[in-house]
Amino acid sequence: MDDFILEMKGIGKEFPGVKALENVNFQVRRGEIHALVGENGAGKSTLMKILSGLYPYGTYGGDVVFDGQVQKFTGTRDSEKAGVAIIYQELALVKHMTIAENIYLGDEICRVKGWIDWNETYQRTAKVLKEVGLKLSPAALVIDIGVGSQQLVEIAKALSKDAKLLILDEPTAALTETETDNLLQILGSLQQKGVTCIYISHRLNEVMRIADRITVLRDGRTICTDEKASMTVDRMIHNMVGRELTNMYPRKERPVGDTVLEVKNWTVRDPVTDDVVCDDMSFKARKGEILGIAGLMGAGRTELVMSLFGVWGKRQSGEVWLEGKKLANHGAIDAISAGISLVSEDRKRYGLVLGMDVKENSTLASLDRISKLGIINKNEEIKSAGRYVKELRTKTPSLEQPVRNLSGGNQQKVVIAKWLLTRPKVLFLDEPTRGIDVGAKVEIYNIMNGLVDQGVCVVMISSELPEVLGMSDRILVVHEGRITGDLPRAEATEEKVMHCATSGS
Amino acid sequence: MNEAVKGAPSVKEGRVKDLIVDSIKHNTKQYTMFIALIAIWLTFTFLTDSVFLTARNLSNLFVQTVTTAILAIGMVLIIVAGHIDLSVGSVLGFAGAVCAMLMIKLEWGVVPSVLTTLLVGLAIGTWHGFWVAYRKVPAFIVSLASMLAFRGLIIGITGGQTQGLEMAPEGAANSFKLIGQGYLPTISAAAEGRVHDTSLYCSVAVIALFVASGLRKRAARLKYGFTVLPLKLEILRLAFLSAIIGTFAMIMVMYLGIPWSVVLVLALAVLFSFIAGNTKFGRHLYAIGGNPEAAKLSGINIPRRTLALWMIMGVMTAVAGIVYTARLNAATTSAGQNAELDAIAAAVIGGTSLLGGEGTIFGAVIGALVMASLDNGMSLMNLDITFQYVIKGLILLLAVWVDMAQRKK
Repeated sequence: MDDFILEMKGIGKEFPGVKALENVNFQVRRGEIHALVGENGAGKSTLMKILSGLYPYGTYGGDVVFDGQVQKFTGTRDSEKAGVAIIYQELALVKHMTIAENIYLGDEICRVKGWIDWNETYQRTAKVLKEVGLKLSPAALVIDIGVGSQQLVEIAKALSKDAKLLILDEPTAALTETETDNLLQILGSLQQKGVTCIYISHRLNEVMRIADRITVLRDGRTICTDEKASMTVDRMIHNMVGRELTNMYPRKERPVGDTVLEVKNWTVRDPVTDDVVCDDMSFKARKGEILGIAGLMGAGRTELVMSLFGVWGKRQSGEVWLEGKKLANHGAIDAISAGISLVSEDRKRYGLVLGMDVKENSTLASLDRISKLGIINKNEEIKSAGRYVKELRTKTPSLEQPVRNLSGGNQQKVVIAKWLLTRPKVLFLDEPTRGIDVGAKVEIYNIMNGLVDQGVCVVMISSELPEVLGMSDRILVVHEGRITGDLPRAEATEEKVMHCATSGS
Repeated sequence: MNEAVKGAPSVKEGRVKDLIVDSIKHNTKQYTMFIALIAIWLTFTFLTDSVFLTARNLSNLFVQTVTTAILAIGMVLIIVAGHIDLSVGSVLGFAGAVCAMLMIKLEWGVVPSVLTTLLVGLAIGTWHGFWVAYRKVPAFIVSLASMLAFRGLIIGITGGQTQGLEMAPEGAANSFKLIGQGYLPTISAAAEGRVHDTSLYCSVAVIALFVASGLRKRAARLKYGFTVLPLKLEILRLAFLSAIIGTFAMIMVMYLGIPWSVVLVLALAVLFSFIAGNTKFGRHLYAIGGNPEAAKLSGINIPRRTLALWMIMGVMTAVAGIVYTARLNAATTSAGQNAELDAIAAAVIGGTSLLGGEGTIFGAVIGALVMASLDNGMSLMNLDITFQYVIKGLILLLAVWVDMAQRKK
């Protein structure tokens, strides 16, 4: 008989008009790392929200059995008390507090009621930090440490509460390769100490590396639960999307055209720290090609495109030439009118006005084209927005739907539509497929191909090596603010790119 | 009867039903506000033995709403863009005092005095806009500073005394009074004292314009091949809204006619609704308030838009100041005290989100009407001033809570 720490039996959950979960069975053995995978909207988050008590007992069907008992959580406090700790994709740390303050936030150590015992707090913090392998002072401010370390602080926080079951939701989405390695190692060592872990991720290679067992959800149902040994990445994808993705990266061979964009000696400083972030970078992008930009997190890739677009950094030197004309830039307004567009890395922060609807977001950067004397022609607006909803196959109930209610992939399509409506000559895509599901990824790739066919020059930043290698015609590698590699597709391999990205030669 | 025939009308009805449900869903806020207003009116009607609901009182009520409504119209845009303006009360008083002093001390005519006052408003708005947009000082502080400073300047230019406009040359004083207290004139002598003919004709013209624009919009949508309401339903909708407009107009026509100041508010409301909903400037304000970073990356010149916004607010405040002074027929040192709070409350009751990015002009005008109804009704009841303040405060709290609760759903 298996020793299950958690059994979710016959779970069903309905929202008005939608069955989010239907008869889901999910069992986690004590001490294992159990991966939960599925496309966005498959029901992973809903399932975890039931487990955490965010959807209280009585609002769902079925039973949650934790540690041998049927649990009736009515809030996250209950589940925390029972030993369930969830670490969300968007970290819930207070940036201007110290690590120690964060770890014991809401659970402060007091000798006399209401008086915080700081010595004890710092001592215990130091202990849990050691457990997760963080060599940082408990008094360091969270804002000063990297995302990877913040992730570990969250884990330390969970451990400090004696969590028996740790749930990680997309923990590596914002981490570099090294940070990811580190995190996976620490999860391994925590497992040795008896901590059970549910690992939710879109990164299937990671899942294969770390998980003992894997459960696939699709459309609110459990498709399968298997030992890792009997699972492959292809099978996982097959189960997730319910169809065979014969070609994850639908790249096409194309003739390469003239140079569209040329950047010369681009040097930019960080406006706050005054560090050089882009150091004498020069490159060309040509018509009819997808130029991939690879590198580690923090190498200066995002800073490069943001500064080229004119919205970030102190420019030190350098020129941008577009179709043989030097750009007088800068500011987003100049860049857009010259024909440069930027789909930025963080769509919620830089891309969308979440409260606005699909059509208003779509036309935000191109209102000039549909306005006369400053007055918007609303019918033209519906027409242009509607065209791209159709062309990009954005799934939305209507053009009047606030983008807040769309899934990640569809939000990304709205951002892309916004920039396509400006009719760009060069389109920068910064991590265009981050946090969106496999099916939507392929659709985004197809959109990229379509654009290149129409003569747009596409420059794509990506931290996922297979994506860069799969989609790019040429790959630039950035390391510490310098371009350390310019590899044509034929020569590029994962090893070569990683070599350039880490050692810089 | 065969299946197909039976099925056909029900399918169409279903669509119509969907459209209605859709429209209610989209406009819940407007409907709740309207219902709340009616509820307040009925309560006061009951509590004042129907005095509240007389044409005379309602007509007065509309005039009392004017200054708050003008300020609220501007305030919506300010709040939508993510700012707040605490100075409007003091600036209103200051602008009114400037106008009065020009007419009293310099014996200027109405037109140059009013124009100069509007320019003063524009200058004050530019000052605010400069600090908010180009020096990045939070609007709360910039306007708080002006709230204090202009209250002082009012005392400075009026000498700390109430300046009655009867001290101005008589001709100018009389025509200035019209802005705040006058009604559309009556042309035909026969109608004198009974029906206010121009007011009636104007109301009819407005309704005709409203219906025509509704039908034109529909035709344009049809041309583009978008879904529209079935003609019958569209006519029903227009008839219903026309009836509401008509009722409001008739109340005023039955009393002394439509006041000039109400005409002004309605014109401003229509103009600003158009600016908010149909212009690049308006759209940009909503984007800036909703997500400034995304707005910047979309090529919106935020400082320039912000400056223009504050300039508009300055002018609107001056307009409110002029109307207020004309209604009082005097400039006082306490003019406009707490007006900023009434304006903010009106905007918020009207569904404007203090987080920015959300709000409608129409809602703010209704909100102003709610605030003025409370003042008017409680005064009619002779309610102790203590309770008047407390009740207004509680109603504001309640309104925002209802709004938040609805949002959560």
